[in-house]
Amino acid sequence: MSTTETSELPAPAQSRPPRAPGRAGPGLPAPVPGLASALVWGAGQLLNRQAGKSAFFLTFFAGAVVWEIATGNYYAGMEFTPRSNGGFFIRGLWGLFTLGTQPREMTLTGLTEGDNSIVLMANGLIALLTLALLAIIWIWSIRDAARYRAALNAGGPTETSGDYFKRLWESAFAFIALSPGLVLLVFMSVLPVLFGILVAFTDYSRDNLPPRNLVSWVGFENFATIFAVPSWAATFGGILGWTVVWAVIATITTYAAGLLIAVMLASKRVRFPRVWRSVFLLPWAVPAIVSALVFRSMFNGQFGPVSQWLVDMGITDERVYWFTDPTNPNLARAIALLVNLWLGFPFFMALVGGVLANIPESYYDAARIDGAGPLQQFRYITLPIVQRTVTPLIILSFVHNFNNFGVIYFLTEGGPDNVDYRFAGSTDLLVTWLFKLTLDNRLYNIGAVMSLVIFMIVGVISVVNLNRTKAIREL
Amino acid sequence: MAAIPAKTGGRPSAARRGQSIESRQRVRDGATGALMHLVLLIVAVIVIYPLVWVVGSSFGPGGGLANATPIPENATFDNYVHLFTRTSYGRWYLNSLYVATINMAGSVALSALCGWVFARIRFRGRKASMLGILILQMFPSFLTAIAVYMLFLNFGLLDSLTGLALVSIAAALPYNTWLMKGYTDNLPASLDEAAALDGAGRLTIFRKIVLPLMRPMLTFVAITSFTAPWMDFILPRLLLQSNSKQTVALGLFQMITDQYSNDFTTFAAGAVALALPITILYIVLQRHLVTGAMAGAEKG
Repeated sequence: MSTTETSELPAPAQSRPPRAPGRAGPGLPAPVPGLASALVWGAGQLLNRQAGKSAFFLTFFAGAVVWEIATGNYYAGMEFTPRSNGGFFIRGLWGLFTLGTQPREMTLTGLTEGDNSIVLMANGLIALLTLALLAIIWIWSIRDAARYRAALNAGGPTETSGDYFKRLWESAFAFIALSPGLVLLVFMSVLPVLFGILVAFTDYSRDNLPPRNLVSWVGFENFATIFAVPSWAATFGGILGWTVVWAVIATITTYAAGLLIAVMLASKRVRFPRVWRSVFLLPWAVPAIVSALVFRSMFNGQFGPVSQWLVDMGITDERVYWFTDPTNPNLARAIALLVNLWLGFPFFMALVGGVLANIPESYYDAARIDGAGPLQQFRYITLPIVQRTVTPLIILSFVHNFNNFGVIYFLTEGGPDNVDYRFAGSTDLLVTWLFKLTLDNRLYNIGAVMSLVIFMIVGVISVVNLNRTKAIREL
Repeated sequence: MAAIPAKTGGRPSAARRGQSIESRQRVRDGATGALMHLVLLIVAVIVIYPLVWVVGSSFGPGGGLANATPIPENATFDNYVHLFTRTSYGRWYLNSLYVATINMAGSVALSALCGWVFARIRFRGRKASMLGILILQMFPSFLTAIAVYMLFLNFGLLDSLTGLALVSIAAALPYNTWLMKGYTDNLPASLDEAAALDGAGRLTIFRKIVLPLMRPMLTFVAITSFTAPWMDFILPRLLLQSNSKQTVALGLFQMITDQYSNDFTTFAAGAVALALPITILYIVLQRHLVTGAMAGAEKG
């Protein structure tokens, strides 16, 4: 390592008179300290005569090596295997790649301690994330060494390590302030998301539960299962279709009803608009889980009051099994949409009401002078203004309905049963199906694939929506 | 409720004056007014009936679903007494309160701090991390929940209320940070600068100047993050197992899906006890909540 540096030393040094003698070294070409730092962290900084900085970077390097050795089993004196000798990093990466090699076995001395694939995978992921962080610091040290030298060579001033850290501290404030949130996000969101993505490529399911069995990588097999195996593909297609239909109808009905009520309440002909408004806000204010469970009871086939009332009035001859009649899945779907309308319209009513209150009266006066009737005023003034403000919320609402776990699960639990579907009923949305797959059926791998699919769909919609707003440009 | 206006005074005068345009207009106005009130009345009945029904049932003399009526004949408080003596409802309620409180405090503190940093400080990696937050925010929280469940399952971390609260904070943090950042962006920076000239440190500026100005958004995040755990089902269902660690939402769902318990009126009492405080909170603070939702949409 040191040979390369000394051999290239003289040439540039002669071409340039040394600056600030004693502080900075002779004018090395910029890549040399960078290369040195790439080999041994901080070596480049040492060449640049910045001992403090050098020690800073070396600490990370030494820390990583010590951590690996301390957590590993390097002095056992036996043949080195990552499984038994590796430390945090080596064993972690080994676990991530192999997912364990020795299953738990029954031997003469009892149950051996086998590899728990999922724990190995998670540990490996943490090791990988730590390595990625170290890599960032490594690149930082290389770039710092090369850039500082380049600046020196170009005639820039010298900077002591102390000054540098003072400067760093100033700009590090943001990171320090963000760190609590960042740590929480990394462990509770980023890590699980990455973990979920990995599980989609394994055979982790009820047939293959660690620590009894080993989990292994299966590539795109799970994706093939969902999209190519007929029974799965039919379930997926059917549920996806219904989910889209549900989301579209649910969004349009709630918006239309909310708009209608808001326009009516804004009319001068309606007395006590505030009283009406407060009443109509109730479904929004009552927790959705409570309302959905109440509706579930009201539409209970055997004892529910709605069935009873229909029989009493002579409208139906016998009780209607709203959510459990497999011969009539569309009845359950229609009721679910109606219940969702009940739950969802007040939100749009409140939103549109707020927008309407801000439309200047002069617009309508001008329209009236031009001879526009109420319908024309609504069509050409109210609607465009409301539409423009509320559109992002309509898209958000579509995404919300696409993933509307609450209404479907609490109301119908996905029922009525559908014999053509795997682990799903006729009103199941992708989300509720995912929930059943994971929790009730423990098909974690298929569930992970479904999560990815849902994320893709929701992600595309959200990106399109974001592009419309100023959010991206204001980053 | 509003009375239906009897605006029919236009009719006789119209006949006398030979149906001038004005009076015909007034008749039509009266008719549409009456029609509108009729529609509003029907909607109001549909909105109120299920709520009255469940409140009524909760006071009904004990019994199954079949006996539930909106107006019980022998109203009693028995169901509420049963709720706290025969079921673990009190325990669930305290659990929910615990999770909600931690969630509220953690969400408000973390998102306010992060949002302020993103809005006011320019640092390296700012754009990249904000893009990351945007992407995380798109990832529906239950998807992470399922991965969290698998992780917790294998590391033996399930069944902890504090764990549940931490996961809830993290799940909502990207969106809340985004809201706070958007709100802080619109606050005037001149006050901060003046204070900085007077030698105030960054954290002092944040606490003494920015935080008070952020109050409306703090309120919004506080309400939403306090109420969310009461209604959340997926996360607690995944992360909590033992009966003593359930939250109200889980308990209610169990009460109603349990095939063998025929105690609808107790469920109704539980539903009312859960819904009442949240409903009042929402109605009282509705303006904050609607503006907050609008701000969130405008910012993406």
